[in-house]
Amino acid sequence: MSDAYLQPGLPKPVPAPDGLDAPYWQAAAEERLVMQRCNQCGAWQWGPEWICHQCHSDDLAFDNVPLVGRIYSYERVWHPVHPALREQGPYIVVLVEFPEHDDARMVGNLLGDPHQKVRIGATVRAVFEHHKEEDPPFTLVQWRVES
Amino acid sequence: MGQTSRTLRGTAAVVGVGETTYYKRGQSPDAEFKLALKAILAACADAGISPKDVDGFASFSNDRSDPSRLANALGCHDLRFSNMQWGGGGGGGSAAIAHAVSAVATGLAECVVVFRALAQGQFGRFGQGSRGNVVSGAGAYTTPYGLMSPAQTFAMKVTRFMHDHGVEQPALRAISLASYHHAQNNPRAVMHRRPLDEEKYEASRWIVEPFHLYDCCLENDGAAAMIVVPAERAKDFDHPPVYVLSAVTGSHYRAGASVHNTPDYATSNFKTCVPRLYDMAKCGPADVDVLQCYENFTGGVLMSMVEHGFCGPDECNEFFNKDNLIAPNGKLPTNTSGGNLAECYMHGLELNIEAVRQIRGASPNQVENVDVSMVVSGPMVTPVSSSIFGSEATL
Repeated sequence: MSDAYLQPGLPKPVPAPDGLDAPYWQAAAEERLVMQRCNQCGAWQWGPEWICHQCHSDDLAFDNVPLVGRIYSYERVWHPVHPALREQGPYIVVLVEFPEHDDARMVGNLLGDPHQKVRIGATVRAVFEHHKEEDPPFTLVQWRVES
Repeated sequence: MGQTSRTLRGTAAVVGVGETTYYKRGQSPDAEFKLALKAILAACADAGISPKDVDGFASFSNDRSDPSRLANALGCHDLRFSNMQWGGGGGGGSAAIAHAVSAVATGLAECVVVFRALAQGQFGRFGQGSRGNVVSGAGAYTTPYGLMSPAQTFAMKVTRFMHDHGVEQPALRAISLASYHHAQNNPRAVMHRRPLDEEKYEASRWIVEPFHLYDCCLENDGAAAMIVVPAERAKDFDHPPVYVLSAVTGSHYRAGASVHNTPDYATSNFKTCVPRLYDMAKCGPADVDVLQCYENFTGGVLMSMVEHGFCGPDECNEFFNKDNLIAPNGKLPTNTSGGNLAECYMHGLELNIEAVRQIRGASPNQVENVDVSMVVSGPMVTPVSSSIFGSEATL
């Protein structure tokens, strides 16, 4: 699709066969961003796991988080390690933290100029990148610096 | 039983080491399993023992050379110990030694081979992305964003460390320059006669910032092996024994949290291992004469050396210069065979062998009077491991 950040052809994300994270992918398709929250102790965690790392309860929900985070780290990738990216040129991967959610973090691309100077600590906003015509369809969560 | 009696210190020794020729990836004329056999035969010859007397095997990173097949091929009389450290990458290099020492110290075995064999030409490369059509699990949250190779996974950590401590690119460059400097004196090194200087480093392409091409390890075919026996037998062999003073493994709280969620993120993962490492060895960083520090990427070396107490996190720009890192007279000669960057990427086991060589006085870049020789294995993966070897004088 033309407005995707990366060239097409990378492996497509699908829910884990064991059913652990299907709610995340469903939420992303609906333009919601969710992370696991423990219904017993309230701890947030990411990536998904079967029990809470704090209190070991298996009563975990996928709760909405705000569509705003903060750049914790980043990298500008130059060397393509997958044939789909051979003509891509440099691209930026960001690690976004959620300080109000036990510092949980998510990975995405930073939209805009791939040569832009990236500031650790910058506030970024989620942008949902739908791949509806793919089989199976999926949605990526990308990030853009808040002006 | 008191705590002090529960130690591996001085209970075992390395009495033989062996390596195949090291090849560029895909250039080995031998299959991976044959490489393993050749390295083991070379280590046995170095020790002066019959391969049939080997009774144990320890390896790491899901080595494909199965101990039962090895024992069969070698005609081992009595296989007593076959052990694999879980965890990918080179994090298990010193852990495999810890396990071999544990086995001979407790009487489970008498003569254990620690080995690693790797034919990336035969079995595929580490530095490439997944080729599947779909990805699930933790990879589903990274791969579709183009974050999939080891270099990409670790650059994110190193960038955060450099940000937190104001580390500049020349600190990484110094690590690479030292490795290439040492490789020029090492005829076994794949990068022998291929020197590197500042200009060539700076002109090299980015793989992923902050790693230039020369910040990244090689990809090779070959095998390496070491023979571990109980200390009481250590003097029955051809070479002066090299004792294991310490070997530990582990990782910190939730180091394995997926999607880059480990709470203490910008680390090589050694912080909880290091106190145990030095406690067991009964020494500290100031006692270390020479260091072999696993370079998957230079940034991992930098954080590892900080975590092992050789340099403060805010002193990296001063400490990491080539002169400090080269043999024989640098402040801390590091990666004296050329290591993973310039000798061979044998998943770091070649570093343990070089540490032994330094105590034997047989390194191509020998440091004078080495008694304490340290190895750091596989930074930034989990679990990691470290080991300290000592001469007889250290016992």
